[in-house]
Amino acid sequence: MCTVCGCEDKHGHPDSVAGNGALAVDKSVSRTLTLEKNILEKNNVYASQNRSFCYSKQILSLNFVSSPGAGKTSLLVDTINSLKSDFSINVIEGDQHTSNDADKIRATGASAVQINTGKGCHLEAHSVGHAIKDLQPAQQSLLFIENVGNLVCPAEFDLGELAKVLILSVTEGEDKPLKYPHMFRAASLLIINKIDLLPYVDFDMAQCVRFARQVNPSIDVICLSVKTREGVLPWFEWMTTQQTKMNREPD
Amino acid sequence: MHELSLCENIVASIEEAALKEHFNAVVVVHLGIGKLSCVEPEALRFCFDTAIQGTIAESTQLVIEIFPGLAQCNHCGANLEIENYYDACSHCESFDLKILGGEQMQIESLEVM
Repeated sequence: MCTVCGCEDKHGHPDSVAGNGALAVDKSVSRTLTLEKNILEKNNVYASQNRSFCYSKQILSLNFVSSPGAGKTSLLVDTINSLKSDFSINVIEGDQHTSNDADKIRATGASAVQINTGKGCHLEAHSVGHAIKDLQPAQQSLLFIENVGNLVCPAEFDLGELAKVLILSVTEGEDKPLKYPHMFRAASLLIINKIDLLPYVDFDMAQCVRFARQVNPSIDVICLSVKTREGVLPWFEWMTTQQTKMNREPD
Repeated sequence: MHELSLCENIVASIEEAALKEHFNAVVVVHLGIGKLSCVEPEALRFCFDTAIQGTIAESTQLVIEIFPGLAQCNHCGANLEIENYYDACSHCESFDLKILGGEQMQIESLEVM
């Protein structure tokens, strides 16, 4: 999977060419090199490899993003328990520390790999590629990537997923789409979770959806409660629609 | 703080270019950052100083050119400049905008010796 760098992060230091007479440059003159290269090109190359692999095996890969505590892991556990008799499901868990979430996922019987990012605030496509290799997902399986809880940084890093699924809970406030526009712009689906708590919090659902569509007019929205399971069926149907779309439009 | 990650990527690109183009020092790095990208130029500068320590890019000057957010309104067809994704069309107030530019985060060029 890792054909770009051969998994060696250490690239040769340019000093090694300085002593080569044939290659020596005139140090008295500076020259301009045009690169026009995306800063995240390397990540994007790994992401493309991940995406091609998933397309080739018709694996539905979803990148779950949210602030900490919005209910990503609970949603995954419920989803796996509901779908595991029909699909092979693999999960990549991203957290700064601990393997708590991967342990919760494994308790459902699904395979999980935990990536600890240490001080890193997001997952990157390279480590996700390695995790995919470890998991060896089967043809037509589901691959769920649970990103680090953070509504800022994961927006910029393509992991090779088919879609980003953003989970927002009603305890967080309806103005989050305007406060974190990049993440809402990058997501294909907004899941508004914990709707069982609506009677106890001041959360304006209609306003939240308006704000989300102000930032991203094409975002899909599903409101549900993992706790009471109200609204989970449309979420499963949304995944089925994505699978159909993926099989119709190969990358 | 994904700006540190971005700076590490910039340094990696410079090191790669140095191997290919055979230079020993970088005088200036020119970046093009779109207003709609998720990059805070000041945070980028702060992290850049840390990321270049001990690399070929040490003591390189960072020049950031900011590009405006450009959009076309899907409702009235007007071309406009926007600051944020949540901005409305300045002509008809629709939020249904097609982004035409201003999302880039590019290494445009290097001045090398």
